[in-house]
Amino acid sequence: MQVFEGVKIADFSWVIVGPTIVREFAEHGATVVHVESHRYPDTGRVLGPFKDNKPSIDSSAWFAVRNSNKYGISLDLNKTGGQEIARKLVRWADIVCESMAPGAMAKWGLDYESCRKIKEDIIYFSTCQFGQTGPLSRYAGYGQLGAAYGGISYVVGRPGQPPPNLYNNYPDFIAPPYMVAALAAALLRRRKTGKGIYLDESQVEAGVSFMGPAVLDYMVNKKIPRPDENRDPYMAPHGVYPCRGEDRWIAIATRNEEEWLNLVKAMGEPDWPKDPKFSTLHSRKEHEEELNSFIAGWSSAYTPEQAMQLLQDAGVPAGVVSTGEDLLNDPQLRSRNHFVPLDHSFIGRHAYHAPAYRLSKTPHHLWKAGPCLGEDNLRVYKEILGLSEEEISDLIAEGIITTEADLKTFKPYR
Amino acid sequence: MGETMNVPLLEGYRVLDLTDEKGLLCGKVLGDLGADVVKVEKPRGDQARDIGPFIDDTPDPEKSLFWFFTNLNKRGITLNLESYEGREIFRKLASGAHIVLESFEPGYLEGIGLGYAELERIHPAIILTSITPFGQKGPYAHFKATDIVGSSLGGMVRIYGDLNETPCRIGLPQFFFLGSLHGAAGSILALYRSQMTGKGQWVDVSCQEAMAKSLMDVPQWWDLNRVNIKGTGSHIISKRPEPLGELRVPRIWACKDGHVVFMFAGGAAPGMVASSKALVELANENGMALEIKDYDWAKWDASSVSQKEADKLVKPIAQFLKTKTKAELLEEALRRSILMAPIQHIGDLVQSEQLKAREFWVEVDHPELGRTIPCPGFPIKMTGLTYRPKRRAPRIGEHNGEIYGGELGLSGAELVLLKTQGII
Repeated sequence: MQVFEGVKIADFSWVIVGPTIVREFAEHGATVVHVESHRYPDTGRVLGPFKDNKPSIDSSAWFAVRNSNKYGISLDLNKTGGQEIARKLVRWADIVCESMAPGAMAKWGLDYESCRKIKEDIIYFSTCQFGQTGPLSRYAGYGQLGAAYGGISYVVGRPGQPPPNLYNNYPDFIAPPYMVAALAAALLRRRKTGKGIYLDESQVEAGVSFMGPAVLDYMVNKKIPRPDENRDPYMAPHGVYPCRGEDRWIAIATRNEEEWLNLVKAMGEPDWPKDPKFSTLHSRKEHEEELNSFIAGWSSAYTPEQAMQLLQDAGVPAGVVSTGEDLLNDPQLRSRNHFVPLDHSFIGRHAYHAPAYRLSKTPHHLWKAGPCLGEDNLRVYKEILGLSEEEISDLIAEGIITTEADLKTFKPYR
Repeated sequence: MGETMNVPLLEGYRVLDLTDEKGLLCGKVLGDLGADVVKVEKPRGDQARDIGPFIDDTPDPEKSLFWFFTNLNKRGITLNLESYEGREIFRKLASGAHIVLESFEPGYLEGIGLGYAELERIHPAIILTSITPFGQKGPYAHFKATDIVGSSLGGMVRIYGDLNETPCRIGLPQFFFLGSLHGAAGSILALYRSQMTGKGQWVDVSCQEAMAKSLMDVPQWWDLNRVNIKGTGSHIISKRPEPLGELRVPRIWACKDGHVVFMFAGGAAPGMVASSKALVELANENGMALEIKDYDWAKWDASSVSQKEADKLVKPIAQFLKTKTKAELLEEALRRSILMAPIQHIGDLVQSEQLKAREFWVEVDHPELGRTIPCPGFPIKMTGLTYRPKRRAPRIGEHNGEIYGGELGLSGAELVLLKTQGII
């Protein structure tokens, strides 16, 4: 048995955060229906990578991975008939969720208050950049804008240089586990009280919370953290060093004297650490550039894997600066079965992510690849919503259930 | 049952928090959601109290702002788990707890007779959440990790920084926060289950996995198309087949008093076309970028445009942005739906009207400092519930009397003996 066996979720959310939250419930047994239409597909589908680099509506591995274990339907919410079907879905569901710009769901009569009229104890969550309220709440944003506004982008990179782009829209990945925690707690509360609740998440606020100690430093000491590449105010050596091979790197950090001495030993007791310039943390910080170039001189002789093993064996924190390739081949992630292969109807077999935790008695189970658009129409409309085949044909004829014929030209994000 | 809506979601659940810096945020989040979290420290206080920043830059176990933040909402007791008597006391506490959190070296708790099997024996419904850099087992299970080491093995260092320069980490620690937050989610999943069945379980959290899941599409780009995503600095680089070659357009742009992120694009995405058009209009109104005022952004296609054409658009935009401040550009971005945001630092952030309107900053009372400290609140609002931290982070042994005396019934004299023996 799984944690959320029997829990039903109507997933109106799109792109990154919403689907990522819901997916974790699906991976632990919940039944999830993901709603979009051929006229307005989930925007996540325009993000690559695409199978064979050929963008098309069903070839995005990115979209698929966000939506593991979910049933996908095509339903035009802009039609009254579509909204009626959506209401049936709400009646079926324990949880309803969305990640649209504030106000969008209300247009379709699918906001929290409307859903509560359909089902008094519904649990409903919204997640978006700034939250449902406040002067910026209508600010259509992307994750990178939120990362910039929310302060994290500022503390990356070299002093005196423009900050580098945060490729992964990082706060978009801090927000989901917050909501998974709160949503599970809400489900728990409802079991005891029979009462539903509305949860309104701000992705930007989630990002800000991960700068907590620095925020307090500003509030109390008026200090603003500045980017300092890979340095750390409390450790030296601390950085990323070049290794043998093309564009390969290793991270090394020593937290105390013991680890520093372990590092010196692991490097074969060279002469240069004997210089008083490097004998204390304070002096090492004063001569940090020179320190780093000496260490780089050592690390350049080894591949990152060799250096990491050597240093870890000697009791020094060290880690390969992993690429996507390194992650897919990482022995530790392999031992955790982190990457789970699933067969996608269009893409074929490709890798999905397990959760970050393992429940010893009721483990997660990844059993279904992300849906092609409308892939599970029959199963959902017939078996879950109880519509007859005739009713379904009518809905298709009326364009309420959309088909490939309704697809506009597919243009990937560039 | 009455009106129980106004009760925080995890009210009534007891958490014993044995974690160090690798797991402290987990208990904080559970406390944010209303759980009764008790931080269990070594008799002289946890080592995390030595982590800066500090109030007035003065290192002191009662002045660590790192400790203040990560232990908000928790009570604090001291206990020496290395002692037999200390472990007996812990067993008593565990028999009344729903969740135990720890981040020791894998095998440590088992080694002192307090592993999951033993905890389950004491209290079958108990949940043990173990937060470690790489998980309980596997080739890296006993590796040492700091934030930069963990973030590197988690894939998040490779994707930042300039092409052909050293990859960069985020300058504030993230690795253990991310793992701890996923640990909070996993703990509540297990709690949900245990409340239904009376059976607890062991939740084994890997910070590395948490980070590997947080890289956007990086693993997918390798998995599908054998491409390794690397940091490209402040530019977006699109690779096209020859003879077009590479296309570089800025994503980060200098402005008068800092930088902004502006998503320079067009093509088939209507939002992007309107955004780029609106920015050019704004520039035109300021007498700039007039040479591109008639450019049809719907025609923009990064797969076919030449670098020369792109530069013709980039140059005037870059020049214009340098004439405006972050605040001015944000105001215009909002007004005109431009996909742009200032790269704010914390000083800018605390001025944010949005965060103030959301009542995101909460004042935490520190009576012994004679002040309150504004702290980030919880990023999720819930109907009927206003987030209000119950208490500031605990001082060393602050709640020994309340818990050992009040709950376990130990007398004052007993507590003195336990303290002098180093048991608490």
